[in-house]
Amino acid sequence: MSVASQGPAGPSAPIDAEEASRARRTRIEKIARWTLPIIVMLATLYFWDRIVVWNEIPHYILPGPGRVWESLVTDWAMLWDAAMLTGKITLMALVLAVLGGAGLAILFNQSKMVEMSLYPYAVILQVTPVVSVAPLIFIYVSSKTVGMLLCAWIVAFFPVLSSTTLGLNSVDHNLRDLYRIYGASRWQRLWLLQIPSALPYFLGGLKIAGGLSLIGAVVAELVAGTGGVGAGLAFRIQEAGYRLNISRMFAALGLVALMGVVIFSALSFFSHIMLRKWHESALKREN
Amino acid sequence: MTSPLPPVGQRPDLLRMEAVNKTFGSDIVALDNMNLNVQSGDFISLLGPSGCGKSTALRLISGLMQPTQGRIEWQVPHDPGDLGVVFQEPTLMPWATVAQNVWLPFRLRGKSYAAVRDDVREALALVGLDKFEDAYPRELSGGMKMRVSIARAMVTHPKLILMDEPFAALDEITRFKLNNDLLQLKEKIGCTVIFVTHSVFESVFLSDRIVVMAARPGRVQAELTVDTPYPRSEEFRTSSEYAQQCRAASDALQDAMGMPA
Repeated sequence: MSVASQGPAGPSAPIDAEEASRARRTRIEKIARWTLPIIVMLATLYFWDRIVVWNEIPHYILPGPGRVWESLVTDWAMLWDAAMLTGKITLMALVLAVLGGAGLAILFNQSKMVEMSLYPYAVILQVTPVVSVAPLIFIYVSSKTVGMLLCAWIVAFFPVLSSTTLGLNSVDHNLRDLYRIYGASRWQRLWLLQIPSALPYFLGGLKIAGGLSLIGAVVAELVAGTGGVGAGLAFRIQEAGYRLNISRMFAALGLVALMGVVIFSALSFFSHIMLRKWHESALKREN
Repeated sequence: MTSPLPPVGQRPDLLRMEAVNKTFGSDIVALDNMNLNVQSGDFISLLGPSGCGKSTALRLISGLMQPTQGRIEWQVPHDPGDLGVVFQEPTLMPWATVAQNVWLPFRLRGKSYAAVRDDVREALALVGLDKFEDAYPRELSGGMKMRVSIARAMVTHPKLILMDEPFAALDEITRFKLNNDLLQLKEKIGCTVIFVTHSVFESVFLSDRIVVMAARPGRVQAELTVDTPYPRSEEFRTSSEYAQQCRAASDALQDAMGMPA
């Protein structure tokens, strides 16, 4: 928006120095957003490689990036299977966390009494480190898959619960009054007013839950071992560590990190799609 | 569309407030002994300083609050669709399009969009936004959002519309425009309006009855009648008659605030 314009500016209106420099800055930033992280990564890989070579570090202590890549290629079949397993547990836990977290939030919102009775225990469940609960879970739950899901769910459901609860309670007061005046039923209020109001909060919680369900799945694998369900990435890391196969450890670690990035990007994209039409967070500012 | 209104005081009764008192907690008197006889076709302004209970009165009439003492009674049969409200903020649902927002009063009574599409379009056309059906509220200016809010309040052709300082946050040019449009809309729909404001000029321009209220405790101080017949146009705004009426209302307001006129 220009403040001092004296009339409609034609298409061939001269661009002043300030506007030109702003346009240049925007262009440079746009390119830098992609190129700078790539340059940093390439530089890191280069120095990693050089440090290993210059200091003649043995590969069973620190392999160079080339060896890690080799390990990724040669062990691909095994690592891919492991990634599939970890990914499956993570996604199933995330789905359960969404259903459980959002479901509990709606239940709590509908009944103050239920909320007062159960909320403190949801907090306790959340603040107890999952690593310390996991061994107990695997004593009582015979199915490894169910146990792993339970671990991941315990970590992941809370952010969905707490942010959805916040959202359901953040309805504009005037809109709430308006619904009352028009005689809306409890379900109409929930469905047409509270749930849409809570959506941005829920999606924020979902993004956090995505990362946490991966953490939960990894912890569960480390505690559970492999019996019966095959080996996930975390187990492969541990196993490679026992064998001093450090390059495979790095390769598996890279895949875990990549999985986290993919989950986060997918959820961010999903959130953008859901909100792009109306929510402030999804709008581009004009200047 | 309607025959000319009978003069103020000779219209059929619509709603009556009798000795209404509202006390918050045990000792904060928001409204003390308010009597008001709302008649069909009235344009009533509740004019007063902050704390005079004008918004409380509106909330009582809308049924959002119950009076501590006294009675508020409709004099005609009515259902939720007979009451429209416009708040100080446009109060639109940001996730819904303009048309969906205007559909809301019908939707909450279980009417499908297809069944009331014509009413929604008509209401939007009345406020001059028929081209913006599918826009989202964030794409509209402040004045346009307020128009949507007014369309939503009018879409059910209510008997009574309550407006709580709806134009207070708008710039003067937009406010004048909306004042003019509001009078035209009221004429077309033939509804009754209770309009809360703290602007003397706005209340005189819009209403035929001005209820001047005083604060601490909130109470009715005086009632004035503005006889100038509708339709009122921009000329009225600059007429000496308007200036006189504003002077009278201003004096009453000064009285209400306990200051020498």
